[in-house]
This record gives sequence, C-alpha cells and structure tokens, in this order.
Amino acid sequence: MFEPNEEQSELKYQELRIYSDEELHNYTEEELKNFKCKHDIPDLDDLEKGPWPSFVADAKREALHRRKLTQDRMMIERDVVEDMLGQVQISFDEGETHWKHGGIVGVFGYGGGVIGRYSDLPEKFPSIAHFHTMRINQPSSKFYNSDYLRTVCDLWEYRGSGMMNMHGSTGDIICLGTFTEQLEPIFYELTHVLQQDLGGSGSNLRTPECCVGRARCEYACIDTQAMCYELTHFYQDELHRPAFPYKFKFKFDGCPNGCVASIARSDMSYIGTWRDDIRIDQAAVQAYIGGEFKPNAGAHSGRDWGKFDIEKEVIGLCPTKCMRMNGGKLEINNKECTRCMHCINTMPRALRPGTETGVSILFGAKAPILDGAQMSVLTIPFMECEHPYDNIKEVVEKIWEWWPEEGKNRERLGELIQRQGLTKLLQVLEVPPMPQMVKEPRSNPYIFWKAEDVPGGWERDINDYRSRHKR
Amino acid sequence: MTLSTERFGLYNPEKPMENRLTDLGPRHFWEYFPPVIQNNYGKWKYHEILEPGVLVHVAESGDKVFTVRCGGCRFMTVENIREICDIADKHCGGYLRFTTRNNIEFMVDSQDKMEALKKDLMSRKHVSGSYKFPIGGTGAGVTNIVHTQGYIHCHTPATDASSMVKAVMDELFDYFQGMALPAQVRVSMACCLNMCGAVHCSDIALLGYHRKPPIVDSEVLEKVCEIPLVIAACPTAAISPSKTDDGKKTVKIKGERCMFCGNCYTMCMALPLSDKEGDCVTVLAGGKISNRISPPKFSKVVIPALPNNFPRFPEVCESVKKIIEAYAADANKYERVGDWAERIGWEKFFEKCDVPFTEHLLDDYRLQYDTYRTSTQFKFTEAAWDVSRAIGGIE
Repeated sequence: MFEPNEEQSELKYQELRIYSDEELHNYTEEELKNFKCKHDIPDLDDLEKGPWPSFVADAKREALHRRKLTQDRMMIERDVVEDMLGQVQISFDEGETHWKHGGIVGVFGYGGGVIGRYSDLPEKFPSIAHFHTMRINQPSSKFYNSDYLRTVCDLWEYRGSGMMNMHGSTGDIICLGTFTEQLEPIFYELTHVLQQDLGGSGSNLRTPECCVGRARCEYACIDTQAMCYELTHFYQDELHRPAFPYKFKFKFDGCPNGCVASIARSDMSYIGTWRDDIRIDQAAVQAYIGGEFKPNAGAHSGRDWGKFDIEKEVIGLCPTKCMRMNGGKLEINNKECTRCMHCINTMPRALRPGTETGVSILFGAKAPILDGAQMSVLTIPFMECEHPYDNIKEVVEKIWEWWPEEGKNRERLGELIQRQGLTKLLQVLEVPPMPQMVKEPRSNPYIFWKAEDVPGGWERDINDYRSRHKR
Repeated sequence: MTLSTERFGLYNPEKPMENRLTDLGPRHFWEYFPPVIQNNYGKWKYHEILEPGVLVHVAESGDKVFTVRCGGCRFMTVENIREICDIADKHCGGYLRFTTRNNIEFMVDSQDKMEALKKDLMSRKHVSGSYKFPIGGTGAGVTNIVHTQGYIHCHTPATDASSMVKAVMDELFDYFQGMALPAQVRVSMACCLNMCGAVHCSDIALLGYHRKPPIVDSEVLEKVCEIPLVIAACPTAAISPSKTDDGKKTVKIKGERCMFCGNCYTMCMALPLSDKEGDCVTVLAGGKISNRISPPKFSKVVIPALPNNFPRFPEVCESVKKIIEAYAADANKYERVGDWAERIGWEKFFEKCDVPFTEHLLDDYRLQYDTYRTSTQFKFTEAAWDVSRAIGGIE
C-alpha cells in the first residue's frame, strides 16, 4: 500500500546483533535482588516501592547487566548507570541539578539531533562526565518490530549508556548519555546499518509527530502517518540544519480529539476534519438507546452512571444544539455542527465522521517561554490533503519565507503573529479574513487604519483646512 | 551487514566525510504494522474498551485487533526494551507501539491471545515489587503522566521529573487501572517553565518553578555571555549592564522585577537560578486539548508553590489526590476538570478541593484584566465571607 521514498532493507536482528544470548541473560534474579549500587542512593531505593513501574528498579538491572559484561564489550564505562543514579541522589540531597549548562557537540554537517551534556561533578562521577543525548527520528506513530528495537538496544548498550526515553516529548527515541568520541560512530551505524536518521533540536524543524491515525482509529480524517512521513522526508534540510529564529514544530492529529496535542504544542497544527455530514446508523442509535451498546465505547464502565440517556448525554451536551430525536430517528443539522466529536465519541458505532475529509490548519502554539503559552489560531478551515501534499507544502513555504525573515532571535511563530498581527499572517498566506479566526470581534475600535484604507489618503493641506476654519 | 564493534566502528576519523549518509529521515512506518493493521489500514469501523487498558478495534472486514495498553516509564533501559521485545515476540508476532503518553501497546488478533498476553503482563514484576507492565490508562481514568527529564538529564530543572511521576502514579494507581471518573484526567509534569513537556493544557499540571532571581557569576560573565543578548532576553527588563569593583563588565538584576522564567540562564550560563529552598512545584488545573464539547483550554494556577520534598513529594501527591477526589465526587459524566470548574465556578473549585485561594493566584502579569470577574454573578464561599468580614460588612 505504501512505498518508502528510498529503498529500505529489512532489519534482521539475528544478522545485526552485537551481544550473544548468553551475554543478554547474564544475571540471575537472586543477583538482582542482592544488587547494590556503588553509590549510596537511599532516596532512589525508596522509589522502588509502590505499584507503578519503578525506573530505579529498571536502571538497576541495566547496571547489573553492564557490571557483568566485560569492559571490552562496550565503549562507555560499565558503571555509567550507577554514576547517573549517584548524581541524581546528590541532586535530591542538594535540591539542584548537576548537569552543566549547554555544550556544543554534534555530528558533521548537522546542527541538531545531539544535545551536549556534561556533569559538573566529573571527578566523582567520571562515567557520566559526558552525557550527550542523541535523538532518533521515530517512525510515524511509534509502531515498531522487535528486530528494530533490539538492534537499537545493542547499538546503544555498546556505544552509549543503555539508558533511553521511549519517547521524548516531541516524539523522538531518546538515547541518553554517551561520550563525544562515540557520536560519529553511532551516527554512522544508524545511517549505514539501520537506515535511520537523527531527529531535530535547536532552531530548526523539530521531529514531526502524528497520532495513531488510520492504522488503528476509525476517527482519522487524514492519513496522519503518510503526511508525517512525507513532510519529514521532504524537509530534511530544515530538520537538520538550523536556519530558523527558533524551533518550529509540525504535529498531525487525525481528528478534533487531538491525541498528539498539536493545537497546544505545534507552530503548525494539522487537524483532520470533514465538510459533509456525520454518517448515522439509525439501528445502532437504537442499540445505544436500548442499552445494547455501551456509550463512549465503554470508557465509563467503571461506575454505574445509570441507564444511557441520549437526550441528556448526547443531544443536551451538543455545544451547538444541532441534534434532535424526531420520530425515533436521530437528526443532525450538519450546517450548525462544529465537529466537536462528542456525539461520535459517545456513540462510535452509530456515528462516524463524514467522508469528504481534509485538514484544518492552525498556527502558533507554544509553551510559556517567553511571553506566555499560546494555542494555535484557526487560520485555514479546510484543505484537501492527498499525497504528495503539494498544496500543504506551499503553505509551509509561505510561512517559512516570512517568519525566518521577520522573526527575532528565539521568537516563535505564534509570538511573531502577535507582534505583527493576524492581518499580516493573512497577507503572508494570501487569504482573506474570516470570522472563524476569532472568538469574537474586537471590543476596542483602535483600528490601525492605513492611508490606503481611507478615501483620499492621509495627505492634506493645512491652508485648505484653514480656508474653512479660523485659527 | 552487522553492527560493528571496533572503537570507531565504520567511521573513519581521518576522513570524516567519507561515505557519509545524511538526510535519510525516519524509516517508513508500514513495515512496523502487524498484518491485521496492514490489512485494515483506514478501514476501521468502531472500537470498544473491553475493560481498563484493553481495547478492541473492529474493521469493516470484521477483523479485530485487541490492544493491551500498559503504563511505561518514559525513562527506560535497553534491558526493559528487550523485555518488551520478548513479550512482543511471544504474543504479538514481534510488533508493538508506544503512545504519545509513554504507554506501551501490545496488539493481538484474537481474544485468546489477548487473555494470555494480559496474564503474562500482569505477572511481570521487578524484584523489588513494582509492576513492570501494569494494564490500564484508558477511558474515564488517569493515564500515564507525560513528563520531562529532570535531574536525569536537564540543566535547567526546578524539580525532578521521574521521581515525582513515580510518586504521583503510585498514589493514582487505582485510577490508572479503573474507569470510574467522570471523564479522562490527563496529568502532565514539567520541571521548568521551558515545558519541553507542554503541560499548559492538562487537567492537572505539575510544574517545577524557580523562586529566586539568578545569581550573577561576574567572574566569568563577560567572557561566556553576550551581555546585550542577556539583557534583551529578559521579558520584564530586570537586567541591566553593570561593572564589578575591579572593572569587569557584568549585569545586575532587579529582583523585584524577576518572574523567574530562566530565559536569561538559557542565554547565559553565568546566571544560574536553581536553589534548594527557592525551587518549588506549582500546580495548575483545568486545561484540555480535545475540542470535545468545549474548546481546548489552558490550565490555571491553583496552588502557587509546594515544596520539593524528594523523593516522594507527599504535598504534591496529596494535592493531586484531593483535586481528583473532589472532581470525581462532584462532576457530571463527560465533564473534564476544567468544564466542571467552570460550571460550578472557580470559587467552588477551591472550596470543594479544599485548596486555599492566596494572593499569588491573582494574575499580576500582562493581560491580568482578562481574569477579573466583572459581574455580580458569584457564589458565596468562606473566602467571600472573609472579605466581607475584613471590610466590616458583616460581623
């Protein structure tokens, strides 16, 4: 159904692996129970209690695993995990982090993908003196097979700390902690053996991210995976070579439920929607009313909320009040619908999004630094989007002609929109204004009229004025 | 080809540009879809949550995929990932996925396989007793907390992340494994205002916050920082140029103007902020991302500062629990925390959650007017009577 942009060989762990089965299973449960970290870490030990998965318990088994491998089976010191735990304990004791500020390291030709990090206690914890992070650009919506992950694990245990994040906040696979010397070798293995690139960091396009989409969701109005893949590949230069005022994020949500939170955390939020009518299966509506189907796909089954009441739970909660039961049939006035998803979420077997689907594009979300958090502003109501998404790319490029030119150092798109005005954004995009862009019209009349807006312009003659008005 | 084991591997430091491959991008997603996903891509009809943590998606073809969702730590070692792979190989044909909120999802194509998978997952515990792969995180419950790096990797945190998340999730574990809340509750955690975890639209957000202005390291400042950039970095113009007694160029900081954002430290390593007593945890509530019923909204500050009480943050855990319990007891079905607070009025939120409303909760930054209530519509709570009493309006 889909073809990768470039030919891709299948990864087979058995052919690629570094460690033998014996090396991978080199400790007993008894040894793990008796494992003592080389540093005293009472607060971390305490975090092994309780039902939630303990990252400390996990760290300890990696620490033991490394301790029992020979040092020639890895390029980073065996006790790297223990030193990391030791430093975290000191941070708890002192209430302050012990990672130094910054550190410019990377791989040749890229300005992102590697975050330099150094301990400020290198004598005490020499194995984490360097603790650089590498971001690996995850495949769309984070599906994997074990061959891929096991290969990454062997690579990272051999040339890194064996500690990772699955995943970082932006979506990358995060490999935590290696020395400068190993950055290029790791990148070489990643690209040549795994055919897998790094993600973004710094003032560039950050690693795009998407929801589960059509892979396993009936609500997906757009092909989030394919779109994410195509735009990530198309903009590799922007992703690896920082040329922007600050970071820039794309995120792809398949529907207004917003599972990857694009509206809150991407400069350009793509959210799937539809422009025709919600599809209704009247028999299924009756099945919900009759209690045959559980409302909200069973999401509330942990409590007895009483019998499902379509008037109260669906029709009454509809924000536009565009629904009603008429002669035993559910009617939706689709012209009034704002596609909030509530009725569809509540009765997924009876209601489905329409079939004329596309994307709404919103701009400018960001976290609080610097002038406060912003959510994206609805700017493009609907756009058809089909591979290879040329129409979408044209929009992206209009933004990237404006923002890098006008944006100040470390100014996000949302801040530039606020500084220069939504009107300026519309000029950049060459679109007219629409009331949907605002919650309500402005309440102040302080309009910055321009000379060309006003009949006759601004040039006037004081003598002409005085001919009618005495001083 | 195989992964290399030489010190520099395939890379030749003498000729760094030799045979270099760049701009490959991520691998294609299609090969990582299990067959049932490939066969039904874009043809899913509906889904159902069979029990907490277990979903079935039914395709137009009649095919079903059963998903078991497990809580995962964002921080995990290769040992943990290998165990995840073992589970995927044993039950799922080697396939798995991760969610945006750091959960792990194992997928199988039949009920029998799903039951075996569940049993296997719940039987796996760390030697010290915690579950490795607890099942849950669906529907009207609390799912995994997304969070940031904290002391494990970050240079600007005002608190730690992994420990706080572990402590809070231990407290909320029943909510993770249940679906008895009025709607889903998304808890998020960020160790500083940079919010690499974007917590600003969460039902409950936990945010590390500095409370002491930066210390000026004048010894090195002029050498390591661009002074004009540092001055320009301050959103409240609290930083101005200065000179040390021995004539070194440096900056001075007007403490009363500082809002502790740390933007200056990002620009200049000679202005560290972190401090054992100063750093704290701010709690925000009532945000959401989804467009369902009401539009997405920001979280609001409801507790200005709780102590960084490592490693278990008892005050944070207690506050989160109090908010969730009050919400669970009072909100209507489908109502998110923010929708509930808006319906009952924020004054009732503070009353019901038993959280004091202090002066720090009154906005004193820009656009504070937007938060003023310019109406006579309010509800009487003890906080209102305190004002009436203070002004002599009542006995």
